[in-house]
Amino acid sequence: MNRRIRLWLVAVAGTALAALLVAACLDLPDFGGDRHPYGDRAVDASLARHTANTVASVNFDQRAFDTLGELTVLFAAVVGCVVLLRQTRDEHRARPEPEPVARPVRRYALAVLPVALLTGLYVIAHGQLSPGGGFQGGVVAATALHLLYLGADYRALERVRPLGLYEAGDAVAVSAYLVTGLAGLIGATAFLANTLLPYGTFNTLSSGGTVPLLNAAVGMEVACAVVVLLARFLDQAVEIEDPTGKGSGTP
Amino acid sequence: MADAVIIVALLLVAAAATTAVLVRDPVRQALVLAVLGVLLAVLFTTLQAPDVGLSQLAVGSALTPLLLLLTVRKVRRRGRKEGPRR
Repeated sequence: MNRRIRLWLVAVAGTALAALLVAACLDLPDFGGDRHPYGDRAVDASLARHTANTVASVNFDQRAFDTLGELTVLFAAVVGCVVLLRQTRDEHRARPEPEPVARPVRRYALAVLPVALLTGLYVIAHGQLSPGGGFQGGVVAATALHLLYLGADYRALERVRPLGLYEAGDAVAVSAYLVTGLAGLIGATAFLANTLLPYGTFNTLSSGGTVPLLNAAVGMEVACAVVVLLARFLDQAVEIEDPTGKGSGTP
Repeated sequence: MADAVIIVALLLVAAAATTAVLVRDPVRQALVLAVLGVLLAVLFTTLQAPDVGLSQLAVGSALTPLLLLLTVRKVRRRGRKEGPRR
């Protein structure tokens, strides 16, 4: 395909897409209106199953199958990243040497680390009650761990981060989501149906049937996935060296 | 009042996004992207979507810039060793 045909293709497809988008926008309800048919129904369904956070109810109950798809996308992305960024045969690892960290940076990083980690775990645990959930909390908890890299150095981070464990945790969490879904299929009516467990008392940690379980599985999956992803990028940026010549190898 | 906050947030997001495109150095771009992430989180929160705001804050202003910076570091290390290739 030469340049001319490609440009034509882009122009035609772009015009069609723009036309469709404009047509769709003309039919949208007004900004900030007071009629939300889908929202009202989602809130009703969420309250019927004692889930205080309607967004969690949509993610892990009404549209739990969509979330399984997103989980699979993230899992596949991490697997692809692990394969692409592995150490090839002609590359070698250079141990990064410890470098002095400015004292305020060290103090700040080490003081914020436990707070950030706890915040992440809190956001995961209260996903079915307040804004947040497995995805948000998982990212916060995983990135919080990397404050150790800022405050100390790469080797300190490597010590608290047994990578194999996180890779296994990633797979286990995805399996846990699938198993919870299958339990719905076998014990109740359909795959990922939230009719198996009691709905509990509204606005408590255990309310919402399978929502807290699926939320916790997603939290674990995302936290492990982000740790593995960042570890692969950090390995490439800090440790792994190309076959030709030497790199800087600073932490 | 709420409308004013939304308009200000929208303008700031537009400004930050334009800056991210205009800045050509990838390292600075990553920093602008982090700022854009925070502004988008503010916008989502004012539009009553705190869940999305939290995701945006975690991913857009922490994770993505970090991955970008690590990638830039790797590429620069390689470039320094082999000399200018392009």
